[in-house]
Amino acid sequence: MAALLAPTTLWFLVMLIMPLIVILIFSFGERAAVGGYGGGFTFEQYANLPARLKAFQNTLTYAPLGTLLSLLVAYPLAYFLALKVDRRFKLVLLVLVIVPFWTSLLIRTYAWIYILGGRGIPTILEWIGIEGVRLINTPTAVLIGIVYGYLPLMVFPVYVSLEKLDKSLLEASNDLGGNSFKTFLQITLPLSMPGIATGCMLVFILLMGEFLIPAFLGGGKVFFIGNAMVDLFLQSRNWPFGSAVAATLVVIMLITVSIYMRLAMRNKTGADQSLM
Amino acid sequence: MRIYATVVYLFLYVPIGLIVLFSFNAGRHASELRGLSIQWYGKALSNPFAGDAFFTSLEIAFIVAILSSLMGTAAALALQSMKGPLRVILDGLIYISIMIPGIVIGIATLVALVTVFDFFNPLLATLWPEGYTPPKLHMGYASVIAAHTLFTMSLVIIIVRARIAGMDRALIEASMDLYASPWRTFYQVTLPQIYPAILAGFLLSFTFSFDDFIISFFVAGPNTTLPVYIFASIRRGITPEVNAIGTMVLAGSLSLLIVAQFFMRDGRRRAKVN
Amino acid sequence: MTSVAAFRNVSKRYGEITAARNLNLDVASGEFLSFLGPSGCGKTTSLRMIAGFEQPSEGEVFLEGICVNDVPAYSRPVNMVFQHYALFPHLNVESNVAYGLKQRSPKPPTGEIHNRVHEMLELVQLTGYSLRQTWELSGGQQQRVALARALINKPKVLLLDEPLAALDRKLRREMQIELQNLQRNVGITFILVTHDQEEALSMSDRVCIMREGEIAQVGSPLDLYDRPRNQYVADFVGKSNFFYGVIEQVRTWKVDIRLDCGIPVVLNSSRSFNSHKNGDKICISVRPEQLVLARDESNIPEDSAIKSTARIMNRIFLGEQIEYLLCDERLGEFLALSSRHNELNEKPFETNEVVFVAWSRDATLILDDDERDKPNVS
Repeated sequence: MAALLAPTTLWFLVMLIMPLIVILIFSFGERAAVGGYGGGFTFEQYANLPARLKAFQNTLTYAPLGTLLSLLVAYPLAYFLALKVDRRFKLVLLVLVIVPFWTSLLIRTYAWIYILGGRGIPTILEWIGIEGVRLINTPTAVLIGIVYGYLPLMVFPVYVSLEKLDKSLLEASNDLGGNSFKTFLQITLPLSMPGIATGCMLVFILLMGEFLIPAFLGGGKVFFIGNAMVDLFLQSRNWPFGSAVAATLVVIMLITVSIYMRLAMRNKTGADQSLM
Repeated sequence: MRIYATVVYLFLYVPIGLIVLFSFNAGRHASELRGLSIQWYGKALSNPFAGDAFFTSLEIAFIVAILSSLMGTAAALALQSMKGPLRVILDGLIYISIMIPGIVIGIATLVALVTVFDFFNPLLATLWPEGYTPPKLHMGYASVIAAHTLFTMSLVIIIVRARIAGMDRALIEASMDLYASPWRTFYQVTLPQIYPAILAGFLLSFTFSFDDFIISFFVAGPNTTLPVYIFASIRRGITPEVNAIGTMVLAGSLSLLIVAQFFMRDGRRRAKVN
Repeated sequence: MTSVAAFRNVSKRYGEITAARNLNLDVASGEFLSFLGPSGCGKTTSLRMIAGFEQPSEGEVFLEGICVNDVPAYSRPVNMVFQHYALFPHLNVESNVAYGLKQRSPKPPTGEIHNRVHEMLELVQLTGYSLRQTWELSGGQQQRVALARALINKPKVLLLDEPLAALDRKLRREMQIELQNLQRNVGITFILVTHDQEEALSMSDRVCIMREGEIAQVGSPLDLYDRPRNQYVADFVGKSNFFYGVIEQVRTWKVDIRLDCGIPVVLNSSRSFNSHKNGDKICISVRPEQLVLARDESNIPEDSAIKSTARIMNRIFLGEQIEYLLCDERLGEFLALSSRHNELNEKPFETNEVVFVAWSRDATLILDDDERDKPNVS
């Protein structure tokens, strides 16, 4: 038994616990003159966090907003796939939603540089007389990239919970005089909450550490904590400050995720364990 | 509803279609289509840097997939019958390793390993016999593999554990009842039951590792993986060569997906019986 | 001592819960024995202790006279048919049946395994199914595969854990008869666990009725039906009407009883299973089919234990028989069952009709009043 667990435990110790402890120690240190870590014990790095306030603000705005938008786009599609589509096409359509997720996010995001860039949609808009629209390097571009990148991850859990839903409940509700909209609000939506909770959590967690989408589609203007960290560690080589940012991000995530989990549990909609 | 679905599918596939279309661009500039040609595929395939990066990624992904399926399955089996504080701690670590963003894992691993290496390298140099070049610890294959495996191993544990939990306990008892020792029961009953999950875990680990950019970006050291190479190419400027590489990667992922689907269907058919 | 399996003072506890308490039982070689009881009575735990999936907390389990407490399940010469069959889904019918033989060391030659599998499939009427996948089979067929898989090993005891529970009613009847025939043909000891009293009574040589982890009574089906040791057994095996009372006087061949409602009853004392004293609180039990109903008082036998009138509250046609629910101010509600061709009246009784009721002194059992006075249970 111990032999079976030993490699995993070792991995956790060396690759998870040790790095996190090092980050924590560095975050209380000073920057060496040539960059990197210069030892010492100070709260200066944490006191300096407001210097990167914008990155935190952006992340904490666009991560929830992107999650919400993904849900709004994904839900009707999941509903369509689970309840409206002919059985014969169901599997094919479902696979078509998942396929993009299995291909490189890097390349898929890259495509949007074209589409939103100067020769993409803005050019098309110019043809029909709308001029001066700028899309690339705006918050809109980042949000489009987010929805595009994480849509499959949202559709799937919602689809699963809608698929599991007992169809006779919908018929019972209609039979009891509820119209389609009331049936949706009172039966379908509450019963699909576990899928919504799981999907939102997955997307939110990934968005909190997002780097690629803001880097490609936000230019230097819409940047996340992830972009700030890349900048701090690789460009300015300010390891202690970067560590403080990373530690703060981890703490924020632990807090938001545990609050979210607690809320989800309280509503008895608990995120789907198997997907977590 | 149907129109909405069509729009969403267009939204999902038009960008991918554009990448593929522009990879056949005859012109030099990526954003202007000037006739069709396959010249960029030739360029991409004869580009030694892209080729190296591709094989590095393939090799890393393969090792990561093997390591995480082996260690993840072993851990899932051990955790299955385990209770007490150690179980709670390991469960916590599994979820933390999945929840922590890749970028934090990448940075933390980089910082920690560089610090450890800086400490050990002079030590090794003094310990090494005169006249021989002492080995130098550095970032590279091993660090990428180790960092990827942290995440994928936890993924395998969760997938395999779900399968074990869904397994009919009576099958194990039936095997024991029919004179099979615990070890024979394991490889004659348990293993055939959980192998679809292990295979799914293997493929997921492979794809994750092959597609991962952010962790490799930090810990790859002098080695370049394909996503890191593509990222750098995009940064340098957009040429149809990137599209050609991207199209080939997409085609590769798709074929892998079809193979996976084939195996999964087999597993699902078996799972249905329980 | 020829018992093939035995319990000696066996108890099984899970933390605070006692699943089995002080069991003592001998199973004779070649016998068909059933454990019968409601869920949670400890019958499955008992079976699993014989199989080796559970270890007793106290006492010893014997197989062929040897204590097997420390023998793991895979070394015990017993085999089990699982509740949901537990057929290996990744193996076909032939490989499932051959599984046990292949674990033996030395492994029998392939040809022999093959022959024995086919003999076995023939025995359970599945000739020609050897290469099928188990999930392609119907419930009844899966059941037969499970039987073949266990029987091929020629176990000393075959354990069956609610094997028929998943089958529909008609198929269950068929399989009951088949199981019984199979047991006679192969001569192997069968131990069956079931909560279906009809199943236990119709198939077994002996039935062990369990209650809250203890053995309530062991005996042949006829014994249990005619001579239940207590109210629990009488209630569990078939339907019974219970009336509570006190023994007024024990005479040479007769017992005078006064029911709680005041009615005096005279019974033949030979029908009493236990010895009773004057003043004992007891319960008398009457099977519904032993009640005599009549429109005309002259049709009531003279030496009845009791004579009364009662109103028909409800009646249920059960085909050949009719079940009546009757009510009397003093006796309360009780059931009567009358065969239609035996009926003294050509016409069945109507609801709300008031009829004469009686039962014979021989038809009445005196039981310990253990339902009312639990702490006094011996």
